[in-house]
Amino acid sequence: MGVVAMQGSFAKHAYSMGRLGIKSRAVRTPEDLKLVDALILPGGESTTMTLLLENEGLWEPLDAALETLPVFGTCAGAILLGRQIDDERVRCFNRIDYLAERNAYGRQIDSFTTSLIIPSVMENDFHAIFIRAPKFHEINADIEILAAFGSDPVLLRKGKVLVASFHPELTEDSSIHKYFVDEIVLKSR
Amino acid sequence: MTKELFEVKTGLAEMLKGGVIMDVTTPEEAVIAEKAGAVAVMALERIPADIRRDGGIARASDPKMIKEIQEAVSIPVMAKCRIGHFAEAQILEALEVDYIDESEVLTPADESNHIWKHDFKTPFVCGATNLAEALRRIGEGAGLIRTKGEPGTGNIVEAVRHMRTINMEIAGLSTLRGDELMAAAKNMGAPFQLVAQVADTGKLPVPNFSAGGIATPADASLMMQLGAESIFVGSGIFKSEDPAAMAKAIVQAATFFDKPEKLAEISRGLGSAMKGLEMSEIAPEDRMQDRGW
Repeated sequence: MGVVAMQGSFAKHAYSMGRLGIKSRAVRTPEDLKLVDALILPGGESTTMTLLLENEGLWEPLDAALETLPVFGTCAGAILLGRQIDDERVRCFNRIDYLAERNAYGRQIDSFTTSLIIPSVMENDFHAIFIRAPKFHEINADIEILAAFGSDPVLLRKGKVLVASFHPELTEDSSIHKYFVDEIVLKSR
Repeated sequence: MTKELFEVKTGLAEMLKGGVIMDVTTPEEAVIAEKAGAVAVMALERIPADIRRDGGIARASDPKMIKEIQEAVSIPVMAKCRIGHFAEAQILEALEVDYIDESEVLTPADESNHIWKHDFKTPFVCGATNLAEALRRIGEGAGLIRTKGEPGTGNIVEAVRHMRTINMEIAGLSTLRGDELMAAAKNMGAPFQLVAQVADTGKLPVPNFSAGGIATPADASLMMQLGAESIFVGSGIFKSEDPAAMAKAIVQAATFFDKPEKLAEISRGLGSAMKGLEMSEIAPEDRMQDRGW
């Protein structure tokens, strides 16, 4: 599992994968991309990640890798995987067709946790942590909505792209990571 | 504090990892910081080097300035309140700052007590010079610890001392038998439950960043190699010759902290870093790191 490690919760994602017995590799250079079978774009700050990816000449190689590799994006990672947003500070990969709205619930004081029902992933509820989370708008009809919080879709899948507006990497429950591996990574090989 | 609130508070700190949080005093500086790749900015009226130079009482910043900075950038905005000054903290919470720094850089308001941070929904970051101090702050509800260093000096020596001290003390705790932990907690003056947790896990219960004295990409690399998960840079950016270039370079250094060839490239031609202060030039009563109890 390649975890893009420019900034943010990359270590937590590697830890979540480790619980499933899957080895992770921090992706910081174009060479790292050649050594991985799937990718994770972690949470963090999408502005910072954009700058670092561009400065390091990693944006284009990553974009090319996304042509073939399955990817799981959380929070900032989900923003980067969506359609280009109207914000020059963030450069999106346009791999899944929605428009993300950054910090859509408000500032940190509005961050929250909740229980999500995700029938296609697990029987039990998933304890979800939302940190300055985005919302997804103008969601294309070909996108599968796996979970919603109220009327907001929060876990989405289109083919080999999985995105969450919350942070499965911050909980001890690896169910969503396992779903990504079993249902997307292994089945797309 | 409920488990859920703790998760939300430390959760934001997790998102800031591998990043740089920069002190800014105007919306213009905040934009420079964001454009350079800062993961967050710390809004304050004067950077520590100027507080040190000017003297007088340093207080929480004008809400107007904080609001302007919040409007100028999309990244999290932090702000400082005085140690023990829970009313300033309440005001910062009302302003919806993303993190409150109960900071030794400002003049302390209480010589015995820190803020009871569990009362707030806004997360707090606090400084520490050793493990016991860190655990007392976490016991009071801090969601993030930063080693203190000596603010406004551009001198990394104190940050290194505090980081090494905390690492050594954590390692020491993890060698103890279970029946030795109560005495350890008593001797340290730290909450027993947290002492036991650190002994068990071998790490702090919250993320640990480094602050105070970081002035170059190499300083950032040094602190991250010593175990800091992110970097606070105060005076080091806007007291350098070319703040935008220095800011960008320190951001890159936080990602590539363990790649010397990369750091050599990043550090090239940045202009002069801030001039800085030798510790012996600072009178003992002027040392900010000794504030906090």
